[in-house]
Amino acid sequence: MSTDSGAGRRDLPGTPIFDGDSSRRGLRMNKLFMSLRHAADRERFLGDEAAYCREFGLTPEQEKAVLDRDWQAMIDLGGSIFYVYKLAMMDGRSMQYLGGVFTGMGEDDFLAAMRAGGRRDG
Amino acid sequence: MAEVIWGLATSHVPSIGAAMDRGKTDDPNWKALFDGYAPARAWLAEHRPDVAIVVYNDHANGIDLDFVPTFGLGTAERYEVADEGFGRRPVPDVIGHPELSLHLVESLIDDDFDLTVFQELQVDHGFTVPLSVWTPDPGDSWPCPVIPLLVNVIQYPQPTAARCWALGQALGRAIRSYPEDITVGVLGTGGMSHQLAGARAGFINPDFDHMWMETIETDPAKLATLSREELITQAGSEGIELIMWLVMRGAMDDQVTKVHSDYFVPASNTAAGIALWENRAPQPAA
Repeated sequence: MSTDSGAGRRDLPGTPIFDGDSSRRGLRMNKLFMSLRHAADRERFLGDEAAYCREFGLTPEQEKAVLDRDWQAMIDLGGSIFYVYKLAMMDGRSMQYLGGVFTGMGEDDFLAAMRAGGRRDG
Repeated sequence: MAEVIWGLATSHVPSIGAAMDRGKTDDPNWKALFDGYAPARAWLAEHRPDVAIVVYNDHANGIDLDFVPTFGLGTAERYEVADEGFGRRPVPDVIGHPELSLHLVESLIDDDFDLTVFQELQVDHGFTVPLSVWTPDPGDSWPCPVIPLLVNVIQYPQPTAARCWALGQALGRAIRSYPEDITVGVLGTGGMSHQLAGARAGFINPDFDHMWMETIETDPAKLATLSREELITQAGSEGIELIMWLVMRGAMDDQVTKVHSDYFVPASNTAAGIALWENRAPQPAA
């Protein structure tokens, strides 16, 4: 059975859909992000990020994305934005910063676009 | 019998809570949002229910991706405010109402809604920000006991809009069948249009939001026909949270009277909406 059955129905350009397949691929990485709610775990993560990733069972691609703070790759490899955001918060990054990364606009232009009423399709 | 006296729909963006917690409500980027809350807050302060039900979703704080309940209801005596990573919000823990919760669970399951039951649950901004929108200065406790009703909106497939609407209608029946004469406020949270990830991040659709705001009052069953794909296309991937407004609206009568509504862009990356309805038909002008 295809794992992406029905993908056509939700193939909206520029719109990642966190579905069951993404969640299955991203489970270990998302669990790592969830652990960062706790100060003690943040300290352990920052002490040796690669070891922490291996402890949680990330794939090599996911580990690289986390170590490189490649936010788009984390989403592509099964990260849920609400979980990925835990890592961004730990780094002192805002959702506007992430918006600047995902759109390629940069944080300042993204924030300006939001304050001007948000972005539109087309 | 218990009676729904009002329904409040509101966005639950974490930065709204942060702006309040950090005393930034008069900041030029925020003032219009909070000014827009004032009439609803004033009315709500005069119409305190005995119990409130908050229809909301968790964001990686109270529950993990180990299990993703499509619908869940809390039955606890108390719900602790979650630490989402950098200290919990400086707001009171939530006192529950286990007797009404257990009645709702039984009534809803008998009405074919097989809810997950939470005996322990930490509540995050999805829950506490709407309470703060209602009550900016709760002091030591929120105005009344509050029951969480969880909806999965973050992992596809979310429940359909039609199912949320039907759940709301069943919730209304369940509330009305509670034997005690108590009053209930229902909060539907999340939305309005927004998208956080992807090249389309920052998407806002004011036309859709205004249509939704109008139609949820006058013809909510029409909104219940929207598919997930239509919602994500029109409101953005996170705008699908609006299905939680349909649960709230379903628990109310066919005809309701609007007390106040307002719309503000942006609260972070989100179009923030608030709408408050009294649960009774419009009264003819005197």
